[in-house]
Amino acid sequence: MIALLLRDLRLAIRAGGGFGLGLAFFLIVVVLVPFGVGPETELLSRIAPGILWVASLLAALLSLDRIFALDYEDGSLALLATSPLPLEGAAMVKALAHWITTGLPLTLAAPALGFLLSLAPEAYAYLLVSLMIGTPALSMIGTFGAALTVGLRRGGLLLSLLVLPLYVPTLIFGAEAVRRGAEGLDPTGALMLMAGITAGSFALLPFATAAVLRINLR
Amino acid sequence: MPDLGDYAIEVLSAYAVSILLIGVLIWLSWRRYAKVRASLEKVEKNG
Amino acid sequence: MSMWEYANPKLFMGWTRPVLPWMFASAGVCLVVGLVWGFFFTPDDFRQGSTVKIIYLHVPSALMAINAWIMMLVASLIWVVRRHHVSALAARAAAPVGVVFTLIALFTGGIWGQPMWGTYWAWDPRLTSFLILFLFYLGYIALWEAIEDPDTAADLTSVLCMVGSVFAILSRYAVLFWNQGLHQGASLSLDKEENISDVFWFPLLVCIAGFVLLFVALVLMRTRTEIRARRIRALEARARRA
Repeated sequence: MIALLLRDLRLAIRAGGGFGLGLAFFLIVVVLVPFGVGPETELLSRIAPGILWVASLLAALLSLDRIFALDYEDGSLALLATSPLPLEGAAMVKALAHWITTGLPLTLAAPALGFLLSLAPEAYAYLLVSLMIGTPALSMIGTFGAALTVGLRRGGLLLSLLVLPLYVPTLIFGAEAVRRGAEGLDPTGALMLMAGITAGSFALLPFATAAVLRINLR
Repeated sequence: MPDLGDYAIEVLSAYAVSILLIGVLIWLSWRRYAKVRASLEKVEKNG
Repeated sequence: MSMWEYANPKLFMGWTRPVLPWMFASAGVCLVVGLVWGFFFTPDDFRQGSTVKIIYLHVPSALMAINAWIMMLVASLIWVVRRHHVSALAARAAAPVGVVFTLIALFTGGIWGQPMWGTYWAWDPRLTSFLILFLFYLGYIALWEAIEDPDTAADLTSVLCMVGSVFAILSRYAVLFWNQGLHQGASLSLDKEENISDVFWFPLLVCIAGFVLLFVALVLMRTRTEIRARRIRALEARARRA
């Protein structure tokens, strides 16, 4: 399992793209928003939690189709399916690798981009915590979506259509936690619910992902 | 025709659009039904 | 003979053929009676004026939009557990019907909301949940369309339907948490406390019956179409091999 994780990480970093691309995309979205809505600091600081969350969600979406596509093409996915490692475990490792290469950098970069949007100072800690808890769920759900569309040649657009509705609860709780933090309210409720979603996704979705992969490899 | 008062446009457009949507759904379903039935008959005759 | 035998494609084609016209006829009768009754022969509400007449479209379509998804979920489960092809095809046949009902519910709701709430759209939990349901339907249909092999498509969409159901319920509670809404509570709950009065209730019941029958009739017809399309595929594949 660890070998698979390391292999995926190495591939993601070396193959260029995956790693830096998500971050650059995140930056560009956040920079574009003030151009769209105007430069008033007050307005920006009010919508900052939502923008940061939506932007990180989109950035995570961007690299999803890489999770299985290359492995499917060169046949290593079929190898994985026949290896002693259960496919459920492989699915989880894939999600973890995706999180380490996109979710984690996004989380760490988000506070810096918070400055650009003049996020309220009280909210930084909650932004970090909520992204830390929430982005693994995004990766796991996305892995499921990637498994669904792995056999399709033009799966990218379909993948977004399938995955984005599944992201709704995570997004709502994540942005809500940061917003409450910014307004000095108690965000623990939202954070707990989001942690619940993340834990639930990691408990159940590997099975769905593995089932879907087996169907696609048939 | 009942007196719909101030909201005539709203009520009538709600009814019109809903009936139109249902009509389109039934029409499309029926068209495909007929088309598939016809082509199945053709395939079965040839086969 | 067990109930499962009705799901044999051949038997299904047999028993649905005579049933189908009756289904459509009774759906049409119920809809015409209910809508005409509701439109022409019910009084205006003293607060909502004539917009109350929209309820005869809004409530049944919203109800059936959700029930269609539930039916798809049940059909997907049956496909996964018992591998009845008709079941998978019925789920596929129901999805576009569900989409149209969702659209009607959203549209009539918006039209009703403009004079009553002063806005066509509000990010109210019920409205938002319906929009999300709409997106789920679109994704489900898109996945069916995208996959060539019918059995693979049936398997994948079933899994998507199950996972989607869990997330749809999660979203329902998430939006409730996110925003307390404008939408009134249930108007049809069985405890009669805040229910609507009988004058509106009876034509509404007829309309709901009409929508249910229409849904069943459309699903049966579309399932028959899918079965025939599948048979054409099989025959053509056999012809190519020969």
